[in-house]
Amino acid sequence: MTDQAVEREVGRARLRKEDARLITGQTNWTDNISVTGLLHLAILRSPMAHARIERIDVSPALQRPGVVAVFSGRDLADGLGSLPCAWPVTEDMVLPDHPPLALDEVRHAGDPVAVVVARDRYAAADALEAIEVDYEPLPPVLDLEEALAEQAPLVHADKGTNRAYVWPLRTGEDFEAVKQGADVVLKRRYEQQRLIPNAMEPRAVVVTPLAASGEYTVYSATQIPHILRIMLSTVTGVPEHKLRVIAPDVGGGFGSKLQVYGEEAIALAIARKLGRPVKWTESRSEGYLATHHGRGMIQDVEIAATREGKLLGLKVDLLADMGAYLMLVTPGIPILGAFMYPAIYKMDSYEFTCTGVFTTKTPTDAYRGAGRPEATYAIERAMDELAAEVGLDPVEVRRRNWIRHEEFPYTSIAGLTYDSGNYEAATEKALALFGYDELRAEQHKRNERGDTVRLGIGVSTYTEMCGLAPSRVLRDLRYGAGGWEAASIRMLPTGKVEVVTGTSPHGQGHVTCWSQIAADVLGVPFEDVEVVHGDTKVAPQGMDTYGSRSLVVGGSAVHRAAEKVVEKARKVAAHLLEASEQDLEFRDGVFSVKGSPEARKSIQEIAFETFTSHDVPDGMEPTLNSDHVLDPENFSYPHGTHLCAVEVDTETGQTRIRSYVCVDDVGRVINPMIVEGQVHGGLAQGIAQALYEEAVYDDEGNLVSGTMADYLVPSAADLPDFVTDRTETPAASNPLGVKGVGEAGTIASTPAVVNAVVDALRPLGVHDVRMPCTPERVWEAVRSAQSEQPSGSPRKEASA
Amino acid sequence: MIPPAFDYARPTSLDEAVRTLAEAGEDAKVLAGGQSLLPLLRLRLAFPELVVDVGRIPGLRGVREDGDTLVIGALTTHHEVIQDPLVRRHAGLLAHATETVADPAVRHRGTLGGSLAHADPAGDLPAVVLALEAELVAVGPGGRRTIPAREFFADYLQSTLAPDELLVEIRVPKRDGWGFHYEKFHRVAQSWAMVGVAALVRRDDGHIAEARIALTNMGATPLRAPAAEEALTGAGDAAAVARAAQSAAEGTRPSRDASASPEYRAHLARVLTKRAVLAATGMG
Amino acid sequence: MTHISVTVDGTTYEDEVEPRLLLVHYLRDRLGLTGTPIGCDTSNCGACTVELDGASVKSCTVLAVQADGGEVTTVQGLARDGEWTALQCAFHERHALQCGYCTPGMIMAARDLLRENPHPTSDEVRKGLEGNLCRCTGYQNIVRAVLAVAEGETAPAGQAASAREVTA
Repeated sequence: MTDQAVEREVGRARLRKEDARLITGQTNWTDNISVTGLLHLAILRSPMAHARIERIDVSPALQRPGVVAVFSGRDLADGLGSLPCAWPVTEDMVLPDHPPLALDEVRHAGDPVAVVVARDRYAAADALEAIEVDYEPLPPVLDLEEALAEQAPLVHADKGTNRAYVWPLRTGEDFEAVKQGADVVLKRRYEQQRLIPNAMEPRAVVVTPLAASGEYTVYSATQIPHILRIMLSTVTGVPEHKLRVIAPDVGGGFGSKLQVYGEEAIALAIARKLGRPVKWTESRSEGYLATHHGRGMIQDVEIAATREGKLLGLKVDLLADMGAYLMLVTPGIPILGAFMYPAIYKMDSYEFTCTGVFTTKTPTDAYRGAGRPEATYAIERAMDELAAEVGLDPVEVRRRNWIRHEEFPYTSIAGLTYDSGNYEAATEKALALFGYDELRAEQHKRNERGDTVRLGIGVSTYTEMCGLAPSRVLRDLRYGAGGWEAASIRMLPTGKVEVVTGTSPHGQGHVTCWSQIAADVLGVPFEDVEVVHGDTKVAPQGMDTYGSRSLVVGGSAVHRAAEKVVEKARKVAAHLLEASEQDLEFRDGVFSVKGSPEARKSIQEIAFETFTSHDVPDGMEPTLNSDHVLDPENFSYPHGTHLCAVEVDTETGQTRIRSYVCVDDVGRVINPMIVEGQVHGGLAQGIAQALYEEAVYDDEGNLVSGTMADYLVPSAADLPDFVTDRTETPAASNPLGVKGVGEAGTIASTPAVVNAVVDALRPLGVHDVRMPCTPERVWEAVRSAQSEQPSGSPRKEASA
Repeated sequence: MIPPAFDYARPTSLDEAVRTLAEAGEDAKVLAGGQSLLPLLRLRLAFPELVVDVGRIPGLRGVREDGDTLVIGALTTHHEVIQDPLVRRHAGLLAHATETVADPAVRHRGTLGGSLAHADPAGDLPAVVLALEAELVAVGPGGRRTIPAREFFADYLQSTLAPDELLVEIRVPKRDGWGFHYEKFHRVAQSWAMVGVAALVRRDDGHIAEARIALTNMGATPLRAPAAEEALTGAGDAAAVARAAQSAAEGTRPSRDASASPEYRAHLARVLTKRAVLAATGMG
Repeated sequence: MTHISVTVDGTTYEDEVEPRLLLVHYLRDRLGLTGTPIGCDTSNCGACTVELDGASVKSCTVLAVQADGGEVTTVQGLARDGEWTALQCAFHERHALQCGYCTPGMIMAARDLLRENPHPTSDEVRKGLEGNLCRCTGYQNIVRAVLAVAEGETAPAGQAASAREVTA
């Protein structure tokens, strides 16, 4: 292929090209977009978790000043089909209708009921109050286990069940048999609270119609312009080729903008009906009801092991809260986790069952990590329990079970082939940075003294599957699309480069990183590369950005497309230099003839030659462009070791993180500055799940944590400095050797923190604290453990 | 979200403000810094017909001395309270507690008078003025009226101000030489106090001669903790303080909400009282 | 309608506004100054932070009529002739932003912080930024950026800064 290109860019901490706009306020968020005649939408939402709409009268709202139109679900039903679910995980999965605007029934607080169209956002908001709706309350369905009981009230009465699906996976030996022969069997229940993703930019959509030709441009704060285009076409009936979807500057997503939302379809339907441009922007508290939530699972975990702490088998029974409807990939989220429960450990038996359950709550779907943080949490918590049970240090019990570096490639019990990794190296590095032994010694002293403020140490050794995904694997998982990614390179006549990518960044720094990748392969300056994305007209093909896939799949596609450009350029260079291709060297963007270095052509010169096309090889197409669509052959498997030290005030229950160290192996690193930033952000979100955040519903199904004042997103004052480092074991499954880093921090940190909290309290008899580990829960855990043990003296935890 | 429509008046004098409020009756809301009112309006939890912006009335902002008393204008912002040398010298508890209110941007706009008139039992400053035994001066159509802090807070989000009365100043007795501490317990920096304890302690010969303890978020109004105050009198070491603090929650009726149970709040009141007093006395 | 006169980033505007109009909507929808975004409705996130008469405020929690006669500085008014301020440079050089939505508010809050406390500790920076939420960075690089300015490590420089590199 190409000669050994000199890598001047990959691996460098290039400052971001994206920043200039963002730090000067010259941004293009969707809500910034304004066009002449723009109308504003406001949406009336159900105040109840579950009710029948007995009567709805929108006409009083029409009388309000500035109001142009008001629609109920029935009014728009013609141009608005059911919202899509692209992942029917089983053949018999129950898939209810999901009208973007409710027709007869509302199924969660916040379910859209009617929409006002007005001349400004204030008038639209005011008119909502004039819409009359009579609701006949129906029983809410809130608890996952109660929802599955006989005679439970139903979220979707026509479906006859709240069970969306049951998805099993059984590999290796029979678990019950393995259990019989085990010295130790531990059964634990863990709960994954619901989380609200909280991308800082609330969602927004603008639709501008070109009525004469029936074309529509949809601007949306989305992670998935390409998927959205296809799906909006199916929901509204606007032909796909008449739809252009643009993701302008997008302010974070974390999975919450990996969705086809009702408001996007409603805006398109109304723009079509009225022939007028429309905008909808959610407020934060509206988004808490209307934007999908994450997590929401009950995990029953059983592990069988020897008394030496060697894992024999694992059984996981999962109840997964779907919420009221199955949205784009709702049912698949826990299934992504199914493969990750065995994590980095070897065992003989694995049984997994997931039951998807409907509730009258906001639907769940992808949130940073999507299924994998939940899995990692459960296994990493359970490993600590095993360590305590057999009297081993938590790090030691992991050592006894993990795949050794010389065993790669290794096919896990769940059937994934881990291509590379070195858990020993990452762990050793992390332990040293953390000062593990010193902290253990301090902990011992403080426990002996019976300090009020206890020190706890938590470890989490994780791996994850990212780089979604090989299309054939997705077929086997019944996912509705492929997992490839597209890239195009255009060498412009002046030697500048346009990289067109199908990924859709919203903070990740793709423009910078793709420039680094292309600049190295092409041998052009970093500054000469522009990256084009997020607009289906200029980047027509793509599978968008989620699941830590962009670099692994999209970045690799850019790499391959750039190589194709060099391959073509080489032919032109050989022609112009009158040499054979084999005699050419390509270095730093220049082709030269081996042995006669004065005979040379730069890739920029060749770009111009192919533009004029005056003198190119016979039959060669003019211009120097290439396209590449890359379907990955395997997932990638980042891994790492995270260590957390907490101080737990047993008097108040307050937890403070004292230090946090992580060593991640994300394969080859394109830009270490960006990698570090991704890890920091992931840690913050994972720690937030452990300690702060929870979407709380009351007994009627109202969201109690309904504003940012009640849902505790941590600030700078609530988080520690992190110590981050890396080991680098290149991935074997892609040309760049990269693994993906977007979710690693979130996946690893939650169990590290909770393990630390429990570790601090274990001498007091505590063996679990439910997340988030609020002060009250910690206090309560200590109190009830103390009341169970009359002497109050430290004891070893009894097995459950 | 977007506030509902309202009429707006911006009186330029106290008289005009009182007249405007008197004419509007129950349907008017006073706007000072707006840091409590605007979120309520934006969430459409309040629907005033008229908003009376008193923010520019002269003479209601700033701190002055009046003998043994500090007089703080109701429109003095939290930021100004924190910075003010008189407050720092003579009412350190107030400066110290105000530093824990919300965040810097909110403290630039929010006012002491506004926080007190809002009468939120989860707010930090109501308990503080209670501990300080401050007096609140209101002006209404009938003239000026001085209300002791203990009579000012009527119920949840309700003060004893009449609809046509305006809080104009807060009179704080100087507490030179008293130890003080505000112990705020919250889950993240921005969140409201789950429980807060304001402690003001005078020591005599190593023993507590007098203690004033006021509690944030332990009922529908801020509360004093008389049993603990009494028990603290005479305490001379940390163990005695800890024992006395056990009675801090007596007579309180904390609420149950998403962030805490009444039981836990009562427990916190005891622990935080101990800590606040130890910090105030330097005994810890 | 109420008449207001407000100076924003050096330009004085005269307007008739509804009393309920939020300052942030006035900036964005009336003046077209969309550099200041909105992130919440409870004044928790701080994305909309601007300076009003020299002090940071959350422009979603100020009425436009309250800014009458006042002077507002937004993130769009910081750079002079394309020269970024030291904080803008530091945010870029320390990778203190990812999606960038919180950045305008974060920079305005950091300005305020450094005005009050020119040489803060790391903890003081964290405390001083408690009213501004970021979901991408985990705050660490934001704290680094603010400390870098305090320690004079970042001098105001032109946009050529984007071509430079940091060692990480």
